[in-house]
Amino acid sequence: MSHDPHAAPKEPIGWMDKPAAVKRLFVILYVIAGLLFAAEFILGRHTEHPHPWEGVPGFYAIYGFISFWFLVLLAKPMRKLLMRPENYYDGEASDAE
Amino acid sequence: MLSSIPPFALFFLGAIAVAFTKGPVRKVLVLAIPLIGGLNLWFGVEPGVHLQIELLGYTLTPYRADKLSLLFGYLFHIAAFLGFVYALHLGDGTPVGSVASDVGEEDITGDKTAGLQHVSAMLYAGSALGAVFAGDLITLFVFWELLAVTSAFLIWARDSERSYATGFRYLIIHVVSGVLLLSGALMLAHSSGSVAFEHIDLSTAGPGAWILLIAFGIKAGFPLAHNWITDAYPESTPTGTVFLSAFTTKVAVYAIARGFAGADVLIYIGTIMTFFPIFYAVLENDLRRVLGYSMINQIGFMIAGIGIGTGLAVNGAVAHAFADVIFKGLLFMSMGAVMTMTGRTKGTDLGGLYKTMPLTATLCIFGASAISAFPMFSAFVTKSMIMVAAIEEHHYIVWLFMLFASAGVLEHAGIKIPFFAFFAHDSGIRAKEPPKNMLIAMSIGAVLCVLIGVFPMAFYTLLPMEMDYHPYDTTHVLVQLQLLCFGAIGFVTLMKSGIYPDEKRAVHVDAEVLYRKLGPWIVRSVGGAVARIDAYVRSSVMEVVGTALKGANRWHGSMGPLARSWPTGSMVLWVAVLLAAYLVFYLF
Repeated sequence: MSHDPHAAPKEPIGWMDKPAAVKRLFVILYVIAGLLFAAEFILGRHTEHPHPWEGVPGFYAIYGFISFWFLVLLAKPMRKLLMRPENYYDGEASDAE
Repeated sequence: MLSSIPPFALFFLGAIAVAFTKGPVRKVLVLAIPLIGGLNLWFGVEPGVHLQIELLGYTLTPYRADKLSLLFGYLFHIAAFLGFVYALHLGDGTPVGSVASDVGEEDITGDKTAGLQHVSAMLYAGSALGAVFAGDLITLFVFWELLAVTSAFLIWARDSERSYATGFRYLIIHVVSGVLLLSGALMLAHSSGSVAFEHIDLSTAGPGAWILLIAFGIKAGFPLAHNWITDAYPESTPTGTVFLSAFTTKVAVYAIARGFAGADVLIYIGTIMTFFPIFYAVLENDLRRVLGYSMINQIGFMIAGIGIGTGLAVNGAVAHAFADVIFKGLLFMSMGAVMTMTGRTKGTDLGGLYKTMPLTATLCIFGASAISAFPMFSAFVTKSMIMVAAIEEHHYIVWLFMLFASAGVLEHAGIKIPFFAFFAHDSGIRAKEPPKNMLIAMSIGAVLCVLIGVFPMAFYTLLPMEMDYHPYDTTHVLVQLQLLCFGAIGFVTLMKSGIYPDEKRAVHVDAEVLYRKLGPWIVRSVGGAVARIDAYVRSSVMEVVGTALKGANRWHGSMGPLARSWPTGSMVLWVAVLLAAYLVFYLF
C-alpha cells in the first residue's frame, strides 16, 4: 500500500455544511406536514374504538407538536434541579455531599 | 434427538468449547451455536413438557415449551446470533480507522478480554433460554441468578475502575432480585403445594405473589429499581452492551407476561415507566445512557400491555418485546460502532460523523425509524396493539400518557440519537466505518425491523394469544405520520428558537442517588456517630479503670501501707507475744 496514513485527510464537505440543503430539508418537512394535515379532511378518520378526544380535528398533529414542547419545557427546569457535575458519583468516600 | 435437549444446554456446552478455542475456530463456533440452536428450535421443537424430574417432593420442569416461551426462544437465538456477528472482530486488535486511542481508549473493543466476553455472552444467552423454557419457579430461579452472574462479566470486561464498581452494583441488585424470587416461590409453594410457573392471581395468592412480582420488577426496571439499566449499559464494552440489552429485561417481561397478565397495578407501573425516562433522555449526554432510558420507556409499554391483559394487549406486549430487542439492539450496535471507531459516546463530543461513517448513520436511522413506529417499521405493528387495547378497555388517561410517551420516543431515540452522533455540529472526528462484521450485524437488524413492519401478519402467527388485528389501515397510517411529522416540527422549532437544551457534561440525579450517595452517606454518618460514641464509652471506661488502678496503687503500690515489708525482728516479737499468750492460757 502506498497510502501514507499520516497524510492530512481531505476535509469532507457534507450536505449539512450547505445551508441551502438544510433549508430545503425543512421545507420538505413542512410540505409533508401540510399534506398530512389536509389528508385528514379528505380521507376522514375511521376508528373502530375511538378515544373520546380523537374527534378534535388534527388531534394527532396538535398532540405530537405540543408533546415535544411540553417535554422540553418541563425538562429544562428539571435540569436546574437535578444537574450535577460529571464526577458526582466518583470517589464517594472522599466527597461528603 | 437434538429436540429433547434443552436449548440452554447447547449454549452451555458451546461456552466450554469457546473457552478452549481461539481465532477462526472460535469465530465459527460462536456463530454456529446460535444458528444450530435456532434451527433446531424452529424445526424440531413442539409445544409440550420435554423434561420433568422429581426432587424433594416437588415436580421440577426444566424444559417446557409453549407458544410464549417459543417466541422468546426464537428471539434469543436471533439476538445471540446478531450479537456474535457484531462481536466477531474481538481479538483482532483495534479496528482499522479507529481514532479511539486519541481519547486514551487503547483497548476500546475489549480485545484483551475477547475470550471472557465470548464465553460469558454464550453462558448469558444460554441462561436466558433456560429461564424462558423453565416450567417451574425453582428452575427459573437458578437461571435468574445465572443471568446475573454471567452478564456481570460483560460489564467487568471493559476493564476500567468505573466498570468494576458498576458491575458489582449490577450484580448485587440482580442477586437481590433472585433471592426475592426464591422467597416468593417458596411462599407460593408452601400455600399451593406446587412450584409450577403458571399464571398467578395477585389478589388471592398472598404475599408470596407480590414478592415474586417485585423480583421480576427489579429485573424489568420498574420505577425506583430502574437505574441498574442506565448504570450498567453505558459502562460495558461496545459489544457487551448489545448482549446486555437483549436478554435480562426481556426475560423479566416474559416472566411477568406469564405470571401476572391482567394485573391492574401493572397498567399504572407501565405507564409511569413510559413517560418519566423520556425527560431524562432529553437531558442525558451519554448516548448509550439515553438508550438505557429509552429501554425503560419501551418496557413501560410492554408492562402496561401485560397489565391490560386482553389477548390483543398481551400479544402486543410480547410482540413489542420481540421488536424492541432488534431495534434497540440495532441502536446500541450503531452507538457501539461509534464508540469503537471514535472512543466517544457523548453528545458533547460527537457530531458530523455522517461524513465518514455514512453506512453506520443510515443503519442507525433504520433503528431510529423502527423505535419511533414509522409505518413499514416494526414498532408500528407491535406498539399499536397495546395502544388499541388500552382504548378498547377504556383506559383513556393511560392512553394519553402513552401517546405522549410515543412522541417522546421520536424525540430521544428517533431524532436525538442519530442527530447528535452523526449530524449536529461537526466535531471534526474523522473516524472510518466500523469492521464489516459490525455493519453486517446492523444490516441484518435493519432488515428484520423492516420485515416485521412490512409482513406483520406472518409475524403475528408466532404470538401466543388469539386475536384479530390488522395494523395497516388508512387512518392508523395517517394519524401515526401526523404525530411523528408534527413532533419533528416541534423539534425543529425548539432547535431554531434556541429553547432545546444543549448537551452538557453532567449527570442528572435519579433514584440511584439513594444507594450511590444517600446510602453511603448514611453509612458514613452512622459510622461516624458510632465511632464517636465508641470513643466516648472507651474513654469513660478507661477513666474508671484508671481511677481504680490509682486507688489500688495507693494501697497496694510500692509505697502503699498494705505493701510495706515488715522487718524480721518484729515478726519474732509477734511470735514471742503469741507464745506468751498461749503459755498464759495453758497455765491457767
